[in-house]
Amino acid sequence: MARAFTPKVVTANDLLEGDVIYLTADNSWTRSLSAAELITDEADAQLRLLEAQSQPKIAVGPYLADAKAGANGPEPTHFREEFRRTGPSNYDHGKQEATADV
Amino acid sequence: MYKYNDFDAAFLAERNRQFRAQVERRIDGALTEDEFKPLRLMNGLYLQLHAYMLRVAIPYGTLNPDQMRALALLAQKWDKGYGHFTTRQNIQYNWPKLRDVPDMLDALAEVNLHAIQTSGNTIRNVTADHFAGAAADEIEDPRPIAELIRQWSTDHPEFQFMGRKFKIAVSGASNDRAVLKAHDLAVQIVKNEEGEVGYQVLVGGGLGRTPMIGKVLNDFVAADDLLPYIESVISVWNQLGRRDNKYKARIKITVHELGLDKIRELTEERFAQVRPTFGGADQALFEDIKRHFAAPAFRDGGTEAFDAAYDADPVFRAWADTNLAAHKAPGHAIATISIKKHGATPGDATAEQMRAMADIAEEFAYGELRISHEQNVILPHVHKNDLPAIHARLKAADLATANIGLISDIIACPGMDYCALATARSIPVAQEIATRFEDLKMEHDVGHLQIKISGCINACGHHHVGHIGILGLDRAGVENYQITLGGDATETAAIGTRTGPGFAYDEIVPAVERIVETYLAQRDGAEETFLQTFRRVGMEPFKTALYPASEKKVA
Repeated sequence: MARAFTPKVVTANDLLEGDVIYLTADNSWTRSLSAAELITDEADAQLRLLEAQSQPKIAVGPYLADAKAGANGPEPTHFREEFRRTGPSNYDHGKQEATADV
Repeated sequence: MYKYNDFDAAFLAERNRQFRAQVERRIDGALTEDEFKPLRLMNGLYLQLHAYMLRVAIPYGTLNPDQMRALALLAQKWDKGYGHFTTRQNIQYNWPKLRDVPDMLDALAEVNLHAIQTSGNTIRNVTADHFAGAAADEIEDPRPIAELIRQWSTDHPEFQFMGRKFKIAVSGASNDRAVLKAHDLAVQIVKNEEGEVGYQVLVGGGLGRTPMIGKVLNDFVAADDLLPYIESVISVWNQLGRRDNKYKARIKITVHELGLDKIRELTEERFAQVRPTFGGADQALFEDIKRHFAAPAFRDGGTEAFDAAYDADPVFRAWADTNLAAHKAPGHAIATISIKKHGATPGDATAEQMRAMADIAEEFAYGELRISHEQNVILPHVHKNDLPAIHARLKAADLATANIGLISDIIACPGMDYCALATARSIPVAQEIATRFEDLKMEHDVGHLQIKISGCINACGHHHVGHIGILGLDRAGVENYQITLGGDATETAAIGTRTGPGFAYDEIVPAVERIVETYLAQRDGAEETFLQTFRRVGMEPFKTALYPASEKKVA
């Protein structure tokens, strides 16, 4: 039996900056996982991935990452995606740095 | 050290110009990512978890002060103020922007540095003994031959699109500090019975998914045969190596599947064809290269200042006891600067620290620096009388950690904090182990003990050859760490043996502590190192300490 579909977000790295980006419901890109579109339908996920792949001047290596609904939007379910949305653990660099600046 | 001639400078300028144009074409959409990726990789540019990463080659680990300052400039101007020295004598910048990379490469070119072939399925940066040209146990400085290999392999048309990467290491010393037997091909400088200098060639070593110890392919290759011989080996593998499965593509698998004798036979056949095409230009070049690596004029004089500081200052004494090694010249020493401060990221140096090391090298160390595969920086030539002043300067730059060869001198790959391939983190594990043993004040008592940590099976952190190896894996969505014991990265190279089931992230440091306690309880006096004890008593006492519950079940 095929595994049940779990919710996804479309994520990639930004071509110029190299940082982690997520596809939003209105076809733009966000740096914040919580602002990403949480896709709950499998067929829809493939279409959204195709949409991302059609934007090679912005997104490098788009893929579907598991996520779950949280109080403030999508949240990661795997530690790799947790690191991607936060930054490294040895310095406050990456996305956590931007958060600290606010 | 080697200084670029007009040809080298023009070649690099042209290469950088090409890459700048390739970046522009990627940005304006003329190149797809699939087209651009192999081009950027050949120029050292990865796309990692959080950002691009630029890997800059430090050929055979040798730097002059201006080069180190250029590395500092890159860190400060285009990155976040630091760089990461790697296990392949490279430096990595974790945060460059795509548009800045061509400028970074141009800045490197000004000091004869580049990022060519630090990635991709090419012949990678040639590594060497980090004590090259200074060690007391050396037959000959291996760097001229390493530089010759660098020039020959750079942009070599036959070897730009191979089935997989190819790593070469060179050493001229009896003690192997370059992990020769973990390389696709290694060159060991030897002397035959007639006293002639030649090269022993090893093949088929490698770590990663299928760790293998390199084997001797040829005991003695004459000096003028070396390049055609290496070209023949790689040519044979490039044709026969498997391209159907990237996990079976490295030469270690080819050697394993065909057998060493068959590889030798095919190499000889190929050599008969290749050798006549080398008309002597390589040897003329080699003679020229050798002149660049002439040893400095070592100064004379006693070591009174060193002796006085050694007797009077216990902090200096502790540093001298761990961080100095025997030099070939009287009154001199090799000083290793630890980039492993307890709790800091192994191999990370700030731009300020790089400049401090450049200044020290310029003022006190004949203008030479080396980077070790152990992720430390070496002052290869230091007169002992200068060591107290050097130590004071290192203290001021927060670089005077006295732990070389000890448990906190840990090799760690970037792991999942940066690397797109990683399956678990390495850096925080290294940080916590070092901090823990610093708190326990145990490491000087424990003595020589190498911990090597990789965040995935590709083994950039050399875990297979660590006395204690740690491999981070993803087990059902949770970080899990396997331990191996008894690995050895020297001339007596050995692959470590797994202890058993892995440990969760919060269990790994206590597990290492139990291993060290077991060693202390088992060792036959303070002179017996961890590795010697392990070889004598075997795995059982360590297993008992690590898995007491399962032990009870068996009983």
